[in-house]
Amino acid sequence: MTYIAKPKFHHPSLKKNELGYTHRDYEGKISTLCAGCGHDSITASIIEACYELSIEPHRVAKISGIGCSSKTPDYFLGNSHGFNSVHGRMPSVLTGANLANRDLIYLGVSGDGDSASIGFGQFAHSIRRGVNMTYIVENNGVYGLTKGQFSATADRGSKSKKGVTNTDNAIDLVAIALQLGATFVARSFSGDKTQLVPLIAAAIRHKGASFIDVISPCIAFNNHAGSTKSFDYVREHNDAVNRLDVLVGRDPIAVDYAPGTVQMVEQHDGSKIALRKIDADYDPHDRLGAQTFLARHAAKGQIVTGLLYVDPDAEDLHEHLNTVETPLNSLEADTLCPGSAVLDKINASLR
Amino acid sequence: MPDKKPISSVNDFVVRFANVNGSGSASANEMFARAILRHGVPVSPRNIFPSNIQGLPTWYEVRVTEDGHLGARGGVDMMVAMNPQTWDKDVAGIEPGGYLFYDSTKPMPSTKFRDDITVIGVPLTAITNSTYTDPRQRQLFKNIIYLGALSALLDMDPKLIEQLIGEQYKGKEKLLSSNVHALHLGRDWALQNLKCPIGLRVKKSDKVGDRIFIEGNSAAALGAVYGGATVCAWYPITPSSSVAEAFTAHCKKYRHDPETGKAKYAIVQGEDELASIGIVIGASWNGARAFTATSGPGISLMTEFIGLSYFAEIPAVIMNIQRAGPSTGMPTRTQQCDIIACAYASHGDTKHVLLFPEDPAEAFEFAAAAFDLAERLQTTIFLMLDLDIGMNHRLCRPLKWDDAKQYDRGKVMTAEMLEEGRDFGRYLDVDGDGIPYRTYPGTHPTKGSYFTRGTSRDRYARYSEEGSVYADNMQRLMRKFETAQDLVPRPLQANAERPTKYGVIYFGSTSPAMDEAIGLLEARGHQLDRLRIRAFPFHSSVASFLAEHDFVYVVEQNRDSQLRQLIVNENGIDPVRLVPIVHYDGSPITARFIAKAIGDHQDHLKVTPLRKAVS
Repeated sequence: MTYIAKPKFHHPSLKKNELGYTHRDYEGKISTLCAGCGHDSITASIIEACYELSIEPHRVAKISGIGCSSKTPDYFLGNSHGFNSVHGRMPSVLTGANLANRDLIYLGVSGDGDSASIGFGQFAHSIRRGVNMTYIVENNGVYGLTKGQFSATADRGSKSKKGVTNTDNAIDLVAIALQLGATFVARSFSGDKTQLVPLIAAAIRHKGASFIDVISPCIAFNNHAGSTKSFDYVREHNDAVNRLDVLVGRDPIAVDYAPGTVQMVEQHDGSKIALRKIDADYDPHDRLGAQTFLARHAAKGQIVTGLLYVDPDAEDLHEHLNTVETPLNSLEADTLCPGSAVLDKINASLR
Repeated sequence: MPDKKPISSVNDFVVRFANVNGSGSASANEMFARAILRHGVPVSPRNIFPSNIQGLPTWYEVRVTEDGHLGARGGVDMMVAMNPQTWDKDVAGIEPGGYLFYDSTKPMPSTKFRDDITVIGVPLTAITNSTYTDPRQRQLFKNIIYLGALSALLDMDPKLIEQLIGEQYKGKEKLLSSNVHALHLGRDWALQNLKCPIGLRVKKSDKVGDRIFIEGNSAAALGAVYGGATVCAWYPITPSSSVAEAFTAHCKKYRHDPETGKAKYAIVQGEDELASIGIVIGASWNGARAFTATSGPGISLMTEFIGLSYFAEIPAVIMNIQRAGPSTGMPTRTQQCDIIACAYASHGDTKHVLLFPEDPAEAFEFAAAAFDLAERLQTTIFLMLDLDIGMNHRLCRPLKWDDAKQYDRGKVMTAEMLEEGRDFGRYLDVDGDGIPYRTYPGTHPTKGSYFTRGTSRDRYARYSEEGSVYADNMQRLMRKFETAQDLVPRPLQANAERPTKYGVIYFGSTSPAMDEAIGLLEARGHQLDRLRIRAFPFHSSVASFLAEHDFVYVVEQNRDSQLRQLIVNENGIDPVRLVPIVHYDGSPITARFIAKAIGDHQDHLKVTPLRKAVS
């Protein structure tokens, strides 16, 4: 067979979350990606975030495009519906799914080829529309499945494994997302789970378009000297502006924060993000400031990570369209069809 | 006096208005058509318009037809020549004995006219300018003034036009009275200065009955409302944009919760056709009824997703309002040219369901039915309209709806069924019809989830590159397509009075011209059995029809006789027995064209005795 099922057995005393699910209930099939792939760490972070948030696994819809990253939804949340759609078209499929049922959680998983090259337009327009989703790009700067061609996020001057220098300018998806009005924008590193897990959790709790760019080194084709997406390079140039904890429901604030070092952000659903500042001057509510900060640091070759922008009172596409609270997919003829009496009137008006 | 006797005809003639795009003539012209309908006389109007907003020539043609021939006729009996740009061509197009109506404010040299037509000059600009000072008013009321003059010339009842103006400007008294005033300005001038009526006349009749007058695109959009569509994603493209616009308008009226004012629908104007079909597929995957409307270039862009819909088995409804291709082609001209592109859209082995409505009434019915079919068959359903049906008002039977009807949501496994322990295999054929069960996302905490993909997978939706697993799935998809044959609208057959070896197959907007052509052919002594195909896959009665006739003409509006190709391909029959009759210049097909093409072929088939031939 060409898939690998994961055994369901687990230790009887495995910890359970509020809903009684174990960590294992959020896992999927065994990954078929290369050993050591950054994407597998992101998969683990998604599982961790969903477990910690006590999300009912089947209430998540996982949608992806095509590529290594887009395969990963098969490797987490095995009890969720997944949709490995068309290359570069995850955002439109997710938008449609979201319109059909506003009650589910939408997790869009994509890659840099999928979102910055073939699907750059769909990425941009789903952000513009404010689709309520968590959009994760597993960004390795390279096409893995077709063996090592540059993607549109590869930095100018970086070298491919075969020694070719990239002469095209890179697209910074975070900068674009900020410019297009995403209401939750973050960047992280697959090798930094302590930063990534709460970012994913906060993004899931955010109402509106959440975007997370996760630098995720490709162990097979983009982890060499001369690459700007290798483990070593990212570790050396990672400039985290903050770290965070997500506090949900009745959770007491368990951590004692030193005064002045923490900024509390309350999201639409009442959950709180405790932002532990690393860069004291960084303000995650200032969209323009974030854009300037990013540009300035990028020029110095630094990769800025953390929660870069959040608007806790954001609106989403459903609010823009003024749709009913009931999911559209559950409406039947009795509420959707105007009936024959109305049709008779329409006929009469057409004579 | 003209050289030729002026045409004399009651309730059977063609008037063509030649206007400049953007001059506000459309509403006056449409009112002319509606006014004739109010006389109880059927009309068939057609817009012939450029891909332009302002300045280029546009025509509006009204066929007045007591006999109810709603196809285009060809030829013009009266030309209302309001556009100097196209004057020469317009004048040349008038039938001998016909009439030319023009604005005589500025004198025209006699070389600009013809001797064999009746020339009717009305100083429209002079009348307008002496009454109105505002330039916009001058332009708009000039149109109503010529409508008034025509009403006198054609012996129309002005009360019926006033009634229409009253309905149009209900509650806007000032506009209402000024329009009525303009109407009478023109009418009175004509009555006082011209011989009224002329040979072409409108006489009250009772041939309209309870029929309605509606554009196909609006009817299709209404079908989507009645059929339960909740998500519409679209990208503007002529001639389909008015489907989404009409859907929006219908939804605003009929789909808001009376208490909360909230919308029971979502409409998104996508950034392109790729996004539009992506949204439709995402919404349908998640259990909503969703559709998009587009035209040829949009179909080309959507094909990758259409393949996904076929292979991953996701419902989708695509309304294709066909226009002349290939490429940008003639964006404002009609054709039936996407038959092959839609039937086999996408790479790999695919086949799709096509529906061919003949008029707005069927566009409504088939649009609603398309959502049942899409969910039953879990695949893309194409509603194949064209510009001729979509963007013109057409007289058709009233729209009907059965209130007892429930939507067919197809094979959907619910949480209860999963709880009962039903075996769920997303691609498992449990009863031989090739259609598997699906689950909606979010149905059950531990059962019924699956991973949807465009890659090969086994009956339980698990990724597989095994050849036998792939082939098993492809064969089931074929089985499903065979099931579709009996679910889609069947062909309608009408036999000639006498038994005949000859048949004709046609579909879609060709219908009214074909019906009329049969009469013309019978008058020439040709008997033909008719089969109107209403869907692909073809029902078995298509094969029977082919078997029962020596020669079958296939009448269609494209160069390559695409439906014929599809019939030959799918039924494996000898192509020689299927005679292509194709019309593809972008104008709607006419009865005259069909009758001539088929009649000539029939004449050739008849053996002429040698003695007679040489004498």
